[in-house]
Amino acid sequence: MLHILARVLHVTSVAPNVYVLAFHAPDLAAAVRPGQFVNILTGDSLQPLLRRPFSVYRTEGDAVEVIFQRVGKGTAALSLAQPGGFLDIIGPLGAGFHLDDPRYQTAVLIGGGLGVAPLPIATAALQKAGKRVVTLLGARTAGQLVETHLENVHVATDDGTRGLHGTVVDLAAQYLPVGAHEDARLFGCGPTPMLRALAEFARTRALECEVSLEGQMACGIGICQGCPVELTGQLRTYALMCKDGPVFNTRDIVI
Amino acid sequence: MVRTEFHIAGVHFKNRVLAASGTFGYGDECTDLVDVQRLGGIVTKSLSLKPRDGNPPPRIVETSGGMLNSIGLANIGVHRFIAEKLPRLRALDITVVANIAASSVDEYCAVLDLLEEAGGAHAYEINVSCPNVKEGGLNFGTDCAMTAGITRRLRARTRKPLILKLTPNVAQISTFARAVQDEGADAVSVINTLIGMAIDIRTRKPLLSTVTGGLSGPAIKPVALAKVYETARSVHIPVIGIGGISTPSDAIEFFLAGATAVQVGTANFIDPAAGVHVAEGIATWCTTQGIDDVGKLVGTLDTQGGVSVLESWL
Ligand SMILES: Cc1cc2nc3c(=O)[nH]c(=O)nc-3n(C[C@H](O)[C@H](O)[C@H](O)COP(=O)(O)OP(=O)(O)OC[C@H]3O[C@@H](n4cnc5c(N)ncnc54)[C@H](O)[C@@H]3O)c2cc1C
Ligand SMILES: Cc1cc2nc3c(=O)[nH]c(=O)nc-3n(C[C@H](O)[C@H](O)[C@H](O)COP(=O)(O)O)c2cc1C
Ligand code: FES
Repeated sequence: MLHILARVLHVTSVAPNVYVLAFHAPDLAAAVRPGQFVNILTGDSLQPLLRRPFSVYRTEGDAVEVIFQRVGKGTAALSLAQPGGFLDIIGPLGAGFHLDDPRYQTAVLIGGGLGVAPLPIATAALQKAGKRVVTLLGARTAGQLVETHLENVHVATDDGTRGLHGTVVDLAAQYLPVGAHEDARLFGCGPTPMLRALAEFARTRALECEVSLEGQMACGIGICQGCPVELTGQLRTYALMCKDGPVFNTRDIVI
Repeated sequence: MVRTEFHIAGVHFKNRVLAASGTFGYGDECTDLVDVQRLGGIVTKSLSLKPRDGNPPPRIVETSGGMLNSIGLANIGVHRFIAEKLPRLRALDITVVANIAASSVDEYCAVLDLLEEAGGAHAYEINVSCPNVKEGGLNFGTDCAMTAGITRRLRARTRKPLILKLTPNVAQISTFARAVQDEGADAVSVINTLIGMAIDIRTRKPLLSTVTGGLSGPAIKPVALAKVYETARSVHIPVIGIGGISTPSDAIEFFLAGATAVQVGTANFIDPAAGVHVAEGIATWCTTQGIDDVGKLVGTLDTQGGVSVLESWL
């Protein structure tokens, strides 16, 4: 866990309202694993007060990238970050995906909307580990798809403007017929309703599935108890999203 | 060198800035990011007899200049604290204040007894902002007789500093402060969070699972300061000021209003080293002002020319 002032390299719009932010952070770039996140201070005033969490999107040499959608005050401020300026960042945080398990051959990466965020860094690690990678992306409409730095991409759109007319979980059902791909493992990220559907899909197909969750956080480092994730088994026992997650095996949690 | 240390009932604190309960875990989580030994002390997350899972999500929501929380006192329980956390804290050169929460007076006593037996905690802070299960969930801290009763029972069981942490959600906090002072409390911590709520107008749902929660952060600082001022004028035991402190000058305001020491809470979520920065900033400021002891600031508010609350109509 590092606390750094990182120099902004660039902020680039890659789709309507979607930006890639790159910053210079050699130690972070070396330490971060796929599925981990960083907690960025988006302003130096009281609005917003708390840091904002973002999955690491890519690393490239000494640079670390995040991809984000402008939804409110914090992300609006980030979209205006100036190259050469500095950002106060804590990371890498949380536990990432378990990508190098020898018990599977094909990694099926599934991203809904900005859930694509941790997939490029995961792809790079999977390629290194010699795994086969298939990527299923879903978006509201074709213009919102961000498909770079991925492998074997198949898409679905809610409005049918590209690929399958439906959700990314519908696409998964089509791509993974019953019985086939027993050596596959699913890695998903996206909005909670999508992850819930994905977990259900994985359960019915008896496939191992890890998902990266999103939710409210205050500290991001395990000191506030503000980010409970309900565990299966006993009612109302919780893990912490920021410390034990944000990646969980869907078997272990109630989404 | 500016003198920063102080004592409560004989227990030494390196400086006058502590990490507030529930905002710094058990003190051993962020040693990567901050040298906790540069703090005046660490107040642990509230400890209950059995582990508590806490409330369902969402437990936090950000508000203007602050945040609401309804953690539900999620904690590992006093037994695990003693087994896993105390040994790590003992290895550090830091004053440890164990904060206790309970749902009955007997539970407060049981937790304190276990900590006394284990040793290692230098002082106790008692969180009375907890529902009393026997009284149908009425908050201990909003009932003066119950707050005094807890103090009496605990006072009889320990000679270590006993600090009562008071809730601001009462008509007059100074009445409570006097009551616990009369029962032998060594200090009071002022304030715990203020009750608040926030609503999502699209879904018409509350933004916390428990509907209401506790407000903290910079937004509550003026309220906290006024409560500290009121309390410090009505008791002779030390008052520990808490509420929205994130800078050295915030802390100095509390000293002037009468706080002997302060705690930094929500600011730790933004920077776990916030408390250390506040402590060091206070010393630097004193140097520039030619003040040789931070304690010389305590209660030195100049109200000459001001009008007393009693005489003013707001
Ligand atoms: C572990 C983790 C990883 C994350 N990774 C990414 C990432 O890689 N890229 C990314 O863009 N976001 C990511 N998020 C979500 C991101 O943290 C939030 O979008 C961000 O905090 C919003 O801050 P804001 O100040 O702009 O919005 P706020 O001002 O806090 O909120 C403005 C409005 O947006 C809504 N809102 C808040 N969060 C979201 C959201 N996630 N989606 C849609 N609406 C939202 C709020 O309800 C509110 O109505 C991640 C979250 C977590 C917990
Ligand atoms: C997330 C969170 C958890 C808290 N947990 C506790 C707790 O367990 N026990 C306690 O006595 N106070 C608890 N508090 C209250 C703080 O210790 C402090 O009194 C309050 O937040 C006001 O200070 P601040 O504005 O600096 O945060 C908690 C506060 C927050 C924000
Ligand atoms: S966000 Fe604070 S514990 Fe997870």
